[in-house]
Amino acid sequence: MKEKETENKKGISNWIDERLPVFTFINHNLRDYPTPKNLNYFWNFGSLAGITLVIMIITGILLAMQYTANTEMAFDSVERIMRDVNNGWLLRYIHMNGASMFFIIVYIHMFRGLYYGSYKYPREILWMLGVVILLLMMATAFMGYVLPWGQMSFWGATVITNLFSAFPVIGDYIVTFLWGGFSVDNPTLTRFFVLHYLLPFAIVGVVALHLVALHQFGSNNPTGIDVKSDGDTIPFHPYYTVKDYLGLGVYLIVFAFLVFFAPNFLGHPDNYIPANPLQTPAHIVPEWYFLPFYAILRAVPDKLLGVLLMFAAVMVLFFLPWLDKHKVRSANFRPFYKQFYWLFFINCIVLGWVGAMPAEGIYVLISRIATLYYFGFFLIIMPFLSKFEKTTDLPSSISAAVISEKFDNKEPSSAESYVK
Amino acid sequence: MSEKDLKNKDLSDSVDEEKRDFLFITTAGLAVAGGAVTAFSLIDTMNPAKDVLALSTTEVDLAPIEEGQSLTVMWRGKPIFIRHRTSEEIRTANNTSVNELKHMASDESRVKNPKWLVVVGVCTHLGCVPLGQKVGDNKGEFGGWFCPCHGSHYDTSGRIRKGPAPLNLEIPPYDFVSDEIIKIG
Repeated sequence: MKEKETENKKGISNWIDERLPVFTFINHNLRDYPTPKNLNYFWNFGSLAGITLVIMIITGILLAMQYTANTEMAFDSVERIMRDVNNGWLLRYIHMNGASMFFIIVYIHMFRGLYYGSYKYPREILWMLGVVILLLMMATAFMGYVLPWGQMSFWGATVITNLFSAFPVIGDYIVTFLWGGFSVDNPTLTRFFVLHYLLPFAIVGVVALHLVALHQFGSNNPTGIDVKSDGDTIPFHPYYTVKDYLGLGVYLIVFAFLVFFAPNFLGHPDNYIPANPLQTPAHIVPEWYFLPFYAILRAVPDKLLGVLLMFAAVMVLFFLPWLDKHKVRSANFRPFYKQFYWLFFINCIVLGWVGAMPAEGIYVLISRIATLYYFGFFLIIMPFLSKFEKTTDLPSSISAAVISEKFDNKEPSSAESYVK
Repeated sequence: MSEKDLKNKDLSDSVDEEKRDFLFITTAGLAVAGGAVTAFSLIDTMNPAKDVLALSTTEVDLAPIEEGQSLTVMWRGKPIFIRHRTSEEIRTANNTSVNELKHMASDESRVKNPKWLVVVGVCTHLGCVPLGQKVGDNKGEFGGWFCPCHGSHYDTSGRIRKGPAPLNLEIPPYDFVSDEIIKIG
């Protein structure tokens, strides 16, 4: 049989493939790879996140060639990139806005998983690896924001590292250790630069694991029903390569619009003032993608509790597969979960909004209610619905769902909710 | 399902191959063009930046340099050797027969004013800075410069005379702005 195989395959690519099965690997995972045939555009965001990671790494490496990690020179070196380096402004604006785009993409990716139950059996580890990626992204983004050494960089670094001082006894030691001194200073900047360069490659590693875990069982789909026969799937290429490609085009238009027409829209003007350890800006806000967590931090009047709750807001995601044990994955067939889900979605936006507002008056109250719902959704509503929620009729298979949607009203209830 | 298969079959008969090719080529073409432009813009960031290019001229006042003295100045991050040559040095440089040189060039062709020799102080072998600028330096067998890395000897006109270097010390572009000021670059 072996002989026959070698006989059939000729050419350089086959010679290589026999010894190192790269082409077989690509074929398995990007070409023939059977994919549910009913994926909607929300399934584009995984590949978009991957592409954004690549864009960030390429622009980041080129920026690192021009940047100087020293408190005396960092700010000026960034201004030099903006003014003197060929296309340096483009490079920096892509990287700067790329961070925002990365978080938009990943947040949508996560909300999609939350809606369609992509974290449930057998994809628990896939989901948890995703949360690890999110944590690494947050650390990377935070440290990257410190590098230009503007006012927001400096005070952001000060505030965030001081979070650790909330821990009793060891808190102050941790903070001194993180700083490598007694304030945010040159040692802090140099280590942040090194880690900011290093962590993205750690992300690449976890992304690889994320993909391995994904391809173990394949993608979830809008019905949340398992693939039951070959008829439920189509090969990844050309169907989803084309679909991803179209999505990429639209995404890049939005990305490019931001870079070319509103490059500083998502940033804070105070970061164009060089860092001054003697003066805190009147109103400190983190980058928009941290605002919901920042709001949770400020909602609690106790220092330690606030910090713990903020960390818990991310950590709770790790336990999602065990908090929501409802057998049905897709929210399309869970009338109650669906409503709580959308309320949760709005709640997250509210948290982001109050996070940007001053921590006083009505905003404190709103942030407390929103924090309560954030945790209530995961810790009370999810387990409760897992036990008691009755679902609408599920289609018998992915194909059945597709046909009933396309051709008639055989299964009206499912088709209707599926259109969403 | 069978219903759908039938539908697909009908569709595949009516595929407009020409349109499909057109779409494929234009899409792929645009992607390649966009990728190429982006790649070029990004790689271009590694070329010399504007502040680097702005350093490409240097003015030097020659007045304080006495006969027999040398001065080293920086131009584009490289040392420029300026030597106020003695008449003895000028004579030896002129008396050397051009034909016996490894890299043939007359002394005349290498100076604007015979009293002043201006060369890039980088050995043409592998880029070391030759000795010979300071009073106590080894000036090599020909009274010019000596590269300590691999033993290249340059004469008082900065021409390679002995050793592995293939070419004479390079002459940078320069002009006499006035009698005693030169602008390099």
